[in-house]
Amino acid sequence: MVFGREDKVSPIRITGVQYVILLVFLLLGYGFWRLQVADSDYYASLAEQNRIRKVPILAPRGKILDREGRVIVDNYPSFSALLLRDQTRDLNADVDKIATGLHMDPEDIRTRIKRFEGMPQYQPLILKDDITPDELAYIEAHKNELPELDTIRASRRLYPKNGFMAHVIGYVGEVSEEMLDQPQWEFYKAGDVVGKSGVELEYNDILMGQDGSRREVVNSRGRVMRQLDEVPATPGKPLKLTIDLDLQIAAEQALGDKDGAIIAMNPKTGEILAMVSRPTFDPNSFAVRISRDEWNRLVTDEGKPLMNKAIQAQLAPGSTFKIIMATAGLQEGIAENMKVNCTGGASFYGRYFKCWISARHQTHGIVDISKGIYQSCDVFFYTLAERLGIGTIAKWATRLGIGQRTGIDLPQEASGVMPSEEWKIRNFKQKWYAGETISVGIGQGAVAVTPVQLLRAISGITMDGRLVRPHVVDYGDIPTDLQARYKQVSAKHPDLEQVDIDPKNWETITDAMANVTTPLGTAGSAHIQGVDFAGKTGTAQLISNQGKARLSNGKAQFKDNGWFVGVEPRRDPEIAVVVLFQGGEEGYYAARIASQVVKAYVDEQRGEKATQTNVAQAHPVPPPTAAEVEDGEGPAPENPTFGSTATVPSEQKPVVVPSSDRQPGAKPMVKPATKKPAIPEAKPSSSPSQPGGTAELHAPAAIPEMAGIWTVMDEDGEEALRSARFSIQPGVLKRATAAPGMN
Amino acid sequence: MQRFISFRDFDWVLLAFVLLISAVGVVEIYSATLHTKFVGAHIRQIYWIMAGLVLMLVISRISYQTLLEAVPWMYVISIVSLLSVLLFGQKYLGARRWIRIGGATHFQPSEWVKLILILAMAKYFAEYRQREMSFFDLVKAGSVVGVPMLLVLAQPDMGTALTYLPIAVMALFLGGMKGKHAAAIVLSLAMVAIPAWKFGLKQYQKDRLTVFLNPDSDPQHKGYQVNQSLIAVGSGGIWGKGTTQGTQTQGLFLPVPHTDFIFAAFSEEHGFVGALGILLLYFMVLMRLIQNAQTAPDRAGAFVVMGVVAVLLFHILVNVGMVVGFMPVTGIPLPLMSYGGSSVLFTFLALGIVMNVRMRRFVN
Repeated sequence: MVFGREDKVSPIRITGVQYVILLVFLLLGYGFWRLQVADSDYYASLAEQNRIRKVPILAPRGKILDREGRVIVDNYPSFSALLLRDQTRDLNADVDKIATGLHMDPEDIRTRIKRFEGMPQYQPLILKDDITPDELAYIEAHKNELPELDTIRASRRLYPKNGFMAHVIGYVGEVSEEMLDQPQWEFYKAGDVVGKSGVELEYNDILMGQDGSRREVVNSRGRVMRQLDEVPATPGKPLKLTIDLDLQIAAEQALGDKDGAIIAMNPKTGEILAMVSRPTFDPNSFAVRISRDEWNRLVTDEGKPLMNKAIQAQLAPGSTFKIIMATAGLQEGIAENMKVNCTGGASFYGRYFKCWISARHQTHGIVDISKGIYQSCDVFFYTLAERLGIGTIAKWATRLGIGQRTGIDLPQEASGVMPSEEWKIRNFKQKWYAGETISVGIGQGAVAVTPVQLLRAISGITMDGRLVRPHVVDYGDIPTDLQARYKQVSAKHPDLEQVDIDPKNWETITDAMANVTTPLGTAGSAHIQGVDFAGKTGTAQLISNQGKARLSNGKAQFKDNGWFVGVEPRRDPEIAVVVLFQGGEEGYYAARIASQVVKAYVDEQRGEKATQTNVAQAHPVPPPTAAEVEDGEGPAPENPTFGSTATVPSEQKPVVVPSSDRQPGAKPMVKPATKKPAIPEAKPSSSPSQPGGTAELHAPAAIPEMAGIWTVMDEDGEEALRSARFSIQPGVLKRATAAPGMN
Repeated sequence: MQRFISFRDFDWVLLAFVLLISAVGVVEIYSATLHTKFVGAHIRQIYWIMAGLVLMLVISRISYQTLLEAVPWMYVISIVSLLSVLLFGQKYLGARRWIRIGGATHFQPSEWVKLILILAMAKYFAEYRQREMSFFDLVKAGSVVGVPMLLVLAQPDMGTALTYLPIAVMALFLGGMKGKHAAAIVLSLAMVAIPAWKFGLKQYQKDRLTVFLNPDSDPQHKGYQVNQSLIAVGSGGIWGKGTTQGTQTQGLFLPVPHTDFIFAAFSEEHGFVGALGILLLYFMVLMRLIQNAQTAPDRAGAFVVMGVVAVLLFHILVNVGMVVGFMPVTGIPLPLMSYGGSSVLFTFLALGIVMNVRMRRFVN
């Protein structure tokens, strides 16, 4: 073979290849320089995010207590399903499987994933609250197929059942997007559970704790490899209300299932002792996530169950307004010596106005201010209204707070209306007709009040003109660091407004009010033996008599509203009660309801000593397992059911039974004998002073059950009486938790 | 006359570089599989390397000229086996790439075709001695590579098919391809590529080819691997996190850290300094190979060595380029470091032929 130059490969081309290789390696070297030197910090932080997962530790909300520290709203342990979004998985592909396992609508899950898209990946989202044991089991069993699912312990709200006190308490729910747009919610984040109405909303800052978090090192499969650190959750603070549970029970029972509202208040301080609104709703159905159907039912119900009528109903006060008229008349020096002959009606400005007595084919005869009040003579007050004129009436009514908010510490209080000539021109561009003044004189026409406003005005008159700001939480019970805020919020409603009323005048009025509940007055049947119970009835028409004749065939919605405002005792009263009985026809029905509340109060005061010993006994007995039962974290050695229900999914919901049952004889100080806990037929036993007779009017059978969850907190904020009074039977808790929103 | 071939002429320097890279690879395989079901893969890799060394010694004893003479037969066998893969191959993950040869053993012929193509191109150009290539010759030479390439593409295995390309490019370049011909090929390839892109490629292939340009466009899916690789490499910094200390590698965030992404795992644990060190070793290997080509006894030998250079360079460029985000994810392993028998055996076999070429430099 001949080997010439041709036989060799072109050296220039080989050199060219070498340069290409050099270029390739320089390029690759630059690639590493860019990643590892120039942007190293950026990638290092991404690497951290990759592997560190933040798991929230949900803070329990503070308990809501009554004025004596009895627990009204409690928490119970539950599990929530979490969706970890920092997984490498295609979440959307798994949605259907997740939906099946958790009994959810796949669309709901998709929208939820979408909603949380803007938030950091390492933050998991809560997919479903309060999952059932079989859903918990599903998640545990599918750790490999669905590694993005996890569970988290959370405390859920446990409200009294059957809507007991629902309007005062309110309910919690997930903060909505509309709320987050408002400045006062700006520090909250999507997914936070916040108060949505009632005390839960008003005092959310106190009740809501600060969620903690735990940082974990995880691998790409989501398996925890190491714990980093933990920021513990700060539980919400307990909130003590001015509500007296015993009186609240009495009021709930007194109103029964009738539409309307009751407020009982200490007229000296403005402390609300009881507040009821009907119809009511079950806040437990909001405690998880309310279903659309349940929500629609609540908002479309004609009875407006979500409305707290005690502060939101704006209705004609009827004859209860005559107390305000009387105050105006006496103070203006017109009423004191005024005498009117009632012949069943009278003509004013060319129109004949009937007195209510004419329906009974009777007359009141000669009527003075006192008889005008206890007989509620319309003609007397027509005449008084004519003499005072709308301007003076409006002046006094406004001074007494009619047509204005009282500043009660509950959300969305209505203001009511006190008409005047200016008011009519401003709102209707119409002249005031003199005849309208006559209607206003008996609390009809355009005048509209809220029950709380009426209570404040009339109790204020009986209190020497001292008008208090009603409230359900005492400043003194608000944690000091938050006091300032709440003070500032309600600064425009002073705690006390003094209206100068001549003592002689309010004495005249209260004496006349005391006669109302005697055989002389309009509500003789509301008399309580041995109790100085003074008040004023009212029957307010919804539409005019002519209209009623035209429309009604006795339809309930056109029935007159019954009102009663009462105080006890008549001088320097300790309790003031307003009752609105919608469709109650006559004021004396409302008066009888009020008398039950007042009687319960008086009985409680007189029986105080006996009760106190009863409660005091339990105080020094903190059952050791009580807290463990509540938090589910303790070892709970005596009964393995407690500790393990959390992890044994096949179990029923945590079953909490009185310790007396669990450890017979172990705690002799606990006296379950008088308080048979949580058995449906149990009496409302947490108010032993209450005689059984009060239940005559209609006691909903369910209310005694509610007694089961009350406990007393001792000085350290620890629950002391829990095992004696606290009891959640499987059925009870099931109903409390298995809200319609769940499935 | 034949001079006695001695191991004194064996390229010990090249072997030293190669073994150094392989050793680093073994350590990294150990580190990357520590928490996976592949734990212990480094031991198997050592066995593969040892097998590769034996294979290399054996092949280095066989004259490459003997091999070149057998090339036509080998080429025919290659085409037949590629066809039979298409017809009877095992379908796995949507592609037919393996032939089952008794029991659990599977044979992937497309890997070995590479070697045969290197020899085929060397033989073609050893007999072709014109200073400049005519267009017809160019097409003829190109189709030697083009036919098996199309067969592999049909499997479909685009990654392997692409590795045939540099063999052809290198041979044509060294064989004296004219500049205007090169331009014409590039132009016509572009004209074929655009409709092929539109109609020929499957969506997953397109995605894989484009996602590296913008890995965040779809971080949960195709971009995930690229992103995780960038994070692993970038977070390694200058000095790295240390063997078995790479959080992304150990936390299994980095995909297939012992095969395709082994260089990312290595870069996370050994940093910029380590990465440059390995790049330098590879550079030295390639330069040493080119030196062997320059001293080759004949044209054919030089073409064989340069073909090996082309394949190795292409693997390094595509694999390391993928790790740093310059190249799409194609599933091409890094020679000498990535775990896997086929890759190791191929590399050592190729080096064995190179050794033979070197040992015969003073022959004739």
